[in-house]
Amino acid sequence: MSSVKRRRGATGERPRLRVRSAGPADLAEVIAIDARATGLAKPEYWAGILRRYGRRGARRRFLVAEAGARIVGYIVGEVRDWEFGSPACGWVFGIGVRPDMREAGVGAALLKAITAAFRRLGVATVRTLIARDNQLVLSFFRSQGMMAAPVIPLEKDIG
Amino acid sequence: MRLQKNTLLALYSVLEFAAQPARQLSVAGIAESLRVSPHHLAKVLRSLGRAGLVDSVRGARGGYRFAGNARRVTLMDVIGLFEDIGAPRPRTRRGRRPAEQALEQVLREIDDTARATFGSVTLDTMLKLIGRRDGRG
Repeated sequence: MSSVKRRRGATGERPRLRVRSAGPADLAEVIAIDARATGLAKPEYWAGILRRYGRRGARRRFLVAEAGARIVGYIVGEVRDWEFGSPACGWVFGIGVRPDMREAGVGAALLKAITAAFRRLGVATVRTLIARDNQLVLSFFRSQGMMAAPVIPLEKDIG
Repeated sequence: MRLQKNTLLALYSVLEFAAQPARQLSVAGIAESLRVSPHHLAKVLRSLGRAGLVDSVRGARGGYRFAGNARRVTLMDVIGLFEDIGAPRPRTRRGRRPAEQALEQVLREIDDTARATFGSVTLDTMLKLIGRRDGRG
């Protein structure tokens, strides 16, 4: 989808990033990136994501960023109509970057690619939902110009 | 949400420094742009200095220079030096009534959101935001 020369990552390399749709061969690395961030490997979940989002469905995207021969990040999202009463907008509900590639523009390139895809689908807003204590990811989205949405997430313990 | 005067002075000052990290700025110059007394601002800047966010430069042309990492320092890092958002409120003598506890729960929700917001906005992000507003104006 896009290929951009980036500044050095934490490893000192100068990666050339390529953002493209995810395929079955990428899954192991995506699972590993997610597991490092969350402490939990979820192979079945990711297999399901690939089934539902990996085929460039009309409004769904599962993209990976490739640097050299390895996957260094992923992003998942889709355009949804009238979700929570809101007109159609793009939702990003998963993003991850290899820790040694942080601050190398990987997340920004992934967000830019999925945002461009959403724009082509005719939406003008992109949203996401982040845990309040996830300062790393919250700061990333803030740095990309995202602000608080006019919605308030609510929950209730029903256990 | 209202922040105390010293907190606001600290935020405006540190953003001024972070926007020009290579330059040392005089207390008098910043005080003039913020319309406060240099004496008052100097106290605020000393707090920023103790926190390692600015370095003082002595001498006739002395002043302060940014010493932090704008991509790492958040608004909360600065605000936390001057006030405690979400500090536990004092209990009443007889303990708290259910209505007080319920209100406390709602207020805590607001504080948690405020802390998360301030903690997720870095100085670098603020400078981008200021740049966009500047371009618009």
